[in-house]
Amino acid sequence: MLFGIYSFLTASLFVTLDAVDVAFTEAAVGAGISTFLMLSTLALTVPREKVRRKRNVIPLLVVTTIGATLVYGTFDMPYFNDPSAPLHSHVARHYIEASADEVGVPNLVTAVLASYRSYDTLGEVTVIFTAGIGVLALLGYRKRRGKS
Amino acid sequence: MNVLIGHYNYWIVIFLMMAGLYVVIAQGNLVKKIVGLNIFQASVFILFISMGKVEGGTAPIVTQGVSLYSNPLPHVLILTAIVVGVATTALALALVVRINEAYRSVEEDEIHEQDQSF
Amino acid sequence: MRPPTQPHNLVLRIAAKMLIPPILMFALYVLFHGETGPGGGFQAGVIFAAAFVLYALVFGIGLARAVATERVLRILASLGMLLYVGVGLASLFAGANFLDYDVLAQERLEGQHLGIFLIEISIGMTVAAVMMIIFFAFAERGVRR
Repeated sequence: MLFGIYSFLTASLFVTLDAVDVAFTEAAVGAGISTFLMLSTLALTVPREKVRRKRNVIPLLVVTTIGATLVYGTFDMPYFNDPSAPLHSHVARHYIEASADEVGVPNLVTAVLASYRSYDTLGEVTVIFTAGIGVLALLGYRKRRGKS
Repeated sequence: MNVLIGHYNYWIVIFLMMAGLYVVIAQGNLVKKIVGLNIFQASVFILFISMGKVEGGTAPIVTQGVSLYSNPLPHVLILTAIVVGVATTALALALVVRINEAYRSVEEDEIHEQDQSF
Repeated sequence: MRPPTQPHNLVLRIAAKMLIPPILMFALYVLFHGETGPGGGFQAGVIFAAAFVLYALVFGIGLARAVATERVLRILASLGMLLYVGVGLASLFAGANFLDYDVLAQERLEGQHLGIFLIEISIGMTVAAVMMIIFFAFAERGVRR
């Protein structure tokens, strides 16, 4: 349940950051499919978890160290919302300016996804297809044999 | 002070990332580990999308009278990543269901014990 | 079959019956308007699968399975992949690079339009079929126990 709320919040965050396509996908996929998967997995396995007694400190230390190192690493990164960051200067500028002539589709994200980078999208569709086959192989054809 | 205002999105991302990482390595329940992995994934999405935002720009759909757009390139990458992420989660949860049927448990240490007692 | 005046399911069934066709239409709308607004293949596929999931949740898996059989879903998913690669190969045979849409029609922009259209349809088909496969695999696992 919390998982669905988390996905929905992430989708809303994406809308405020101007990423409407991504928000759409995250809302559809995260709040819908992921919640269903989690609920059905919990229904198919044990509904309550084992209560742990001892607290382990080592994961907490590891995580804090990694977090501190990452924060130290962000001091050099470009500022939030900066239009002159190097990210926006090279390939993206070409996509935004030339896509009206080369592709002619108003939605820039679709233009990049389906035309400039369509080979990557082919790879993505292959991954989804493979995952479908994998799930089918794992949970599919148990029609006759019953599990004890 | 400028550093604080300019970088707060990265720190939120790092916090979420570390929370997800902590769940993955510290929790014993397999389903919770997968949830932690998803938290980690979502934090990476937020990183990319927040880096793609340009101040004063709009959504990257070409409309009349708008000249500044947010960067569409991270959006494309994250779109792919979201769908691939849900495919991976589905496959991982299918594996968890099968593990549960084979070992009668989804706790990591119980599964480990059963493996070692063979 | 269940008599239609059973109270505890009735509101749900009526609401679902009214909602599912608009959801399917919305999925198609998102698919075809992916070029002028937000949307596109992936979103359309997921919304389409969500309509079927709603149907299966309200009316039972048996009825939903009768429409979306194993065979139909597998063929749909594979057809999506084949269409995608087919568009790429068509570009190859027309003399340009793989998945270069400029050569698919007389005009360059027309070719791009056609190529993107076919690609979005194939993505939508594959994503919808795979999401339904995953749903039915998880749901039927519980039934057989």
